[in-house]
Amino acid sequence: MEAKEIHEILIQHLPGCVREFRTTTADPFWVVESERIREVAAFLKDHPALQFDMLQAVTGVDRGECFEAVYHLTSLRFGHSVTLKAVLSHEAPSIATISDIYPAANWHERETYDLLGIVFTGHPDLRRILLPDDWEGHPLRKDYVAPESYHGISNAPD
Amino acid sequence: MLDRSGEQPRVIRRLDGEIARIQAKPPAERTFQEQRILSLYEQLCEGRMERNVLVLPVDAVLNWARAWSLWPVTFGLACCAIEMMATGGPKTDIDRFGAGAFRPSPRQSDLMIVAGTLTYKMAPRLRRVYDQMAEPRYVIAMGGCAIAGGPYARHGYHVVKGVDRVVPVDVYIPGCPPRPEALLDGIMRLQDKIRQDTILRVWREGFWPWKRKKSTKS
Amino acid sequence: MVQSLKTDEILVNMGPQHPSTHGVLRCLLKTDGEWVREVWPYIGYLHRCKEKIAEKVSYIQFMPYTDRLDYLASANNNLGWAMAVERLAAIEVPERAVWLRVLAAELNRIASHLLSYGTFGMEAGAFTPFFYGFRERETIVSIFDQLCGARLTYHYARIGGVMRDLSPETAKAIRRFLDEMDRRWVEYNTLLSDNEIFVRRTANVGIIPADLAIAYGLTGPVLRGSGVAHDIRKAVPYACYPKLDFQVCIGQGLKGTVGDSWDRYWVRMLEIRESVKICRQVLDGLPEGPYQTKVPRILKVPANEAYVRTEAPRGELGFYVISDGTDKPWRCRIRAPSFCNLSILNRIARNCLVADVIMILGSIDVVMGEVDR
Repeated sequence: MEAKEIHEILIQHLPGCVREFRTTTADPFWVVESERIREVAAFLKDHPALQFDMLQAVTGVDRGECFEAVYHLTSLRFGHSVTLKAVLSHEAPSIATISDIYPAANWHERETYDLLGIVFTGHPDLRRILLPDDWEGHPLRKDYVAPESYHGISNAPD
Repeated sequence: MLDRSGEQPRVIRRLDGEIARIQAKPPAERTFQEQRILSLYEQLCEGRMERNVLVLPVDAVLNWARAWSLWPVTFGLACCAIEMMATGGPKTDIDRFGAGAFRPSPRQSDLMIVAGTLTYKMAPRLRRVYDQMAEPRYVIAMGGCAIAGGPYARHGYHVVKGVDRVVPVDVYIPGCPPRPEALLDGIMRLQDKIRQDTILRVWREGFWPWKRKKSTKS
Repeated sequence: MVQSLKTDEILVNMGPQHPSTHGVLRCLLKTDGEWVREVWPYIGYLHRCKEKIAEKVSYIQFMPYTDRLDYLASANNNLGWAMAVERLAAIEVPERAVWLRVLAAELNRIASHLLSYGTFGMEAGAFTPFFYGFRERETIVSIFDQLCGARLTYHYARIGGVMRDLSPETAKAIRRFLDEMDRRWVEYNTLLSDNEIFVRRTANVGIIPADLAIAYGLTGPVLRGSGVAHDIRKAVPYACYPKLDFQVCIGQGLKGTVGDSWDRYWVRMLEIRESVKICRQVLDGLPEGPYQTKVPRILKVPANEAYVRTEAPRGELGFYVISDGTDKPWRCRIRAPSFCNLSILNRIARNCLVADVIMILGSIDVVMGEVDR
């Protein structure tokens, strides 16, 4: 199904959910209201003409003035995919989890929390996944400064 | 130790390579130890020594045994581990150098080949495995990452910039990843290093390991 | 069997320094004697900051880092990154380069599956498959050595083409290898696939139903082993795959249930044969022409974003790249197949033997360089 048709189904069934639909980029994307991300995800998964049954990735992006949470969904049956975006505040980025709708999101959300510090409320096990538990800061933020040493091991290159 | 049937003593046959190496050197360059080994060998061959006794410097026997039975602990971290596996594979058979018995337990091994990138999360584990190995123990840093962080040295916030910040390293093998031939070369270099070793070092530096002076950078 | 006899449950650490965890994976097992009640994988012991580095170096400079993502399939990673950047910067790639990339990727797929075959056999306790697998893998590696000068980290696909043209000698060597591979493939099966002990260790172990596999976002041989015929090469055709004739292999439960460890292993074996077929077709149909197009040394990419999917040996490899008009990406997200495939471990490795956990891990076939990035 083409992106335009998906968009029509979306605005017809979930009015007020889509803030923006951008087609100028190489892959079109939808900016949705961050409070309603669970509603959108569940709708996309269950709608018989869409059936987005697989979540490929959850990504966080540091835009400087705000954060973005990006969701890539695809349908194995129909072969179409969508990119959803939710804009979050830079001071306290937080969004509801979708790990109960898509179990695949569990680790992706943990990774996004680990590297960018986006809090997924309602996540069953929101801990650091890649970095050690006592690591300070979130490395993929643009203002991140690498530590000078970690437990006595100097981090300066030779 | 002498074979009753005459011929050549069994132990001496094993030492042939060592003797040939010494004989190939010009006499002026031979060390005191080597002269001693050679004269003992000649005495043995000529039958001047009666029987059942082989007198050798302890160093020579110990080093010979250590150099040809380096048992590595499997410590594959990243890409270099694949080349380490390939070195153990059929083409470049690492067993020819006595270093093919990869032990899963550090307590049974003498050599740790750190093959790959060491991260801060992994560093305590590396130190623990090293501490569990029995003396004498040797470490080979394989690949750019293990030497100094490799391609991750500049922006890799989570990469330890060199294994020698955590454990002392004997031999560095450059490459990203090093070819199996390079790893074999590294093992031969380590064997050379072991051959120069002497137990006098223990007396000089103190018998108890924890009383010795620290020789590492960190 | 007396089910009510219970001993104390204890927590056992498996890894990160462990011979059969494919690198530095740590699994925490809750065991009751020899029975494993639950497994929690802990990852991150090889987190090499790839996504941060992508923001710090230019598009062209990041190519060698993709080599070291899934270090068993460098050519496939190169292909993914090159396609992502070319799509963002709208670079046309010569036809010959596209075909050469596919040739490298498929050869690499064979090498990767052969290594998986060898280590999987070793984990089951059979040492010979390791030597058999590595023997043929060495041949592929030496072909790559001729092709691009590296044994493991190829850096073969470049942005706008490939690094070097295929010489007639190398083409001959590849053909010789493909012919040999046909014979060897039969040998592998007699050695391991139909081996009674191996079948008993893997059949009906670690069954992943198709709906669970899709829900957890599994891709590649793990998903196809569950009977779902999903392959990016067919679903979203890229490069020259639409012109090639090959099949998507799925697990059929020949030795047990659909989606067990043996099925996943068998899908890999079948894919080796399909890749041999693809390589032959590429060599036959290789178009003439240039193998590279001119790309500026400082490649500035206009503000754009794209998510490019390719089929790596372990599943769907996705690069989500956001560019901002400079020569460095603003954000690069790598959707690694092993990362998603591993996340199901906690769900399927329950109430099984300790030995089964090893087989399940081996059949999922993760590469930690890709899981941790």
